[in-house]
Amino acid sequence: MSGKSRYSQVLASVLVNAVYAMKNYPVMFINSMLTPLSVLFVITFVSRGALIGVGIEGALIYSMVWSGLSLQGDLSHLKNDFKFQDLVVTSPTTSTTYMAGMGISEIVFALPLLALLIVLAAIYLHPTALQALAITAVMAIVFLFSIALGFFMSTLTSDVMQSWNYTSILSVLLSTIPPVYYPITYIPQQFQFLAYVSPTTYAAEIVQSATGFLSISNLNLVIDWAVIIILATVFIVLAKKKSRWREP
Amino acid sequence: MVRLSFRNISKSYSRGRKALNRVSFSYDGNGIVALIGRNGAGKTTLIRILATELAPDSGTAELDGLELIKHPEAVRGLMSIVPQEARVVQWLTPMQSITTYLMYHGVTYGEAKKGAERAMKEVGITEYKDMLSRKLSGGTKRKVFVAMVLASGSRLIFLDEPTTGLDPLSREELWNVLVRLKKDHLIFLTTHYLEEAERLADRICLMENGKLLASGTMDSLRRKIRYQHSIRLPAGSTLPKGTKGRIVHGADGSTQILTSEKDALSISKTLVRRGTRFFSNPVSLEDIFYSIVKKPIGEDEGGDEDEW
Repeated sequence: MSGKSRYSQVLASVLVNAVYAMKNYPVMFINSMLTPLSVLFVITFVSRGALIGVGIEGALIYSMVWSGLSLQGDLSHLKNDFKFQDLVVTSPTTSTTYMAGMGISEIVFALPLLALLIVLAAIYLHPTALQALAITAVMAIVFLFSIALGFFMSTLTSDVMQSWNYTSILSVLLSTIPPVYYPITYIPQQFQFLAYVSPTTYAAEIVQSATGFLSISNLNLVIDWAVIIILATVFIVLAKKKSRWREP
Repeated sequence: MVRLSFRNISKSYSRGRKALNRVSFSYDGNGIVALIGRNGAGKTTLIRILATELAPDSGTAELDGLELIKHPEAVRGLMSIVPQEARVVQWLTPMQSITTYLMYHGVTYGEAKKGAERAMKEVGITEYKDMLSRKLSGGTKRKVFVAMVLASGSRLIFLDEPTTGLDPLSREELWNVLVRLKKDHLIFLTTHYLEEAERLADRICLMENGKLLASGTMDSLRRKIRYQHSIRLPAGSTLPKGTKGRIVHGADGSTQILTSEKDALSISKTLVRRGTRFFSNPVSLEDIFYSIVKKPIGEDEGGDEDEW
């Protein structure tokens, strides 16, 4: 398969799941904006503006997690309700190319939200180039992790109801409860260890530490980077090897 | 011309139920092969295996000399499938559906659009090309799928119950498209409509309990059963004495005699002499299906045979 063909296959997923979806069903785009922004609004409102900076960082991380969760829902919908995956499986497109295309489609979907968050970050955070680089790198790793997780789970679901429930559970466990929109220091010390069950806690610690909202040791910082990189790698391998692409 | 053959394909599902039991078949050329059988006979499992969507437990299959079970990636550009429960993605138009389908087959966006235009014209859905799929009729949605597989350039096409749920006119339209398509393709279709298989297929395969009970043309299938001929008498008619064969009484009072060609001739002569109105035909696929599926070939004793 030539590079040109691979490009076409990736573009096909972007068109199906993002461009045509937004063009023909604009309500999908509104929904994708609303969820991450609603938590930011509540955090900002409740803290009387004190946590707006951390909240924007949290929304940036959540937007990447949300991409993976959306991917899980979208793929499950396409697979179970339209038998779309069956059509793709019997084409020359590989599971990796399909996953890449669908992953990119979620980024395209998230672009308007990201643009808004970047503007808010520029206004409220004034990040330096190094800080911006750290935030971008963390977002990229969280994106890879969540996309791989979403793809893996979508191939295991047998109906959309199941998928919706996975999305809700993962959304709460990865973004709403863990200290993503607020610093971990807000959690009583004896319960802080629980927060480390979620990979997004490590991602948020790196970003909050890079922008001065949280003070952690260099060792902790190294551990945080290591955890999110290892988890992203593990889930990518898992998605590639263990996803039920072609039935056994 | 397409050459497809498979040998001893077997597949069991998790609870040990055998979905396919050493199924073998081969076909050389273009045309339509119809798979018929009851629900759970193994039709869908077989075409999913042949379309490289499902792995069998054992067996081999070749498409144009390429081994498709061990090396599915080698044949995926040569075939397409429309699964039984496939629905056109609701937020796409036919143009968008076909274009993206072709792109998954590795065609560039520009070429895919041209291919989609050609296929829609061929199938007769150009006027709906920019309409959202959720607004299309059932028949047009099915034609979108046919246009997709046609545009892909696949030589082998699997259609799993393509006309289920369609009204008679939409079904007729789709049949006409398939008849045009079969000149350049090998189409494997599963169906519960026996008249569809009889009308469209060049070869018919009868499946039951994961086994291929019989396959062949209509004529060769007729030769495999005990009675090749059917004589229908309207309500109120009396049967000639000594009529040999299986007698089936219809709900409307009519009578059907399933009998051999030799006996059909003698019965017909008697009925003509008596001036009784009757219809005489070779047995339909429905008669063959009931005859073969009810009992394995060779054991067909004529069911509720009556001798008058």
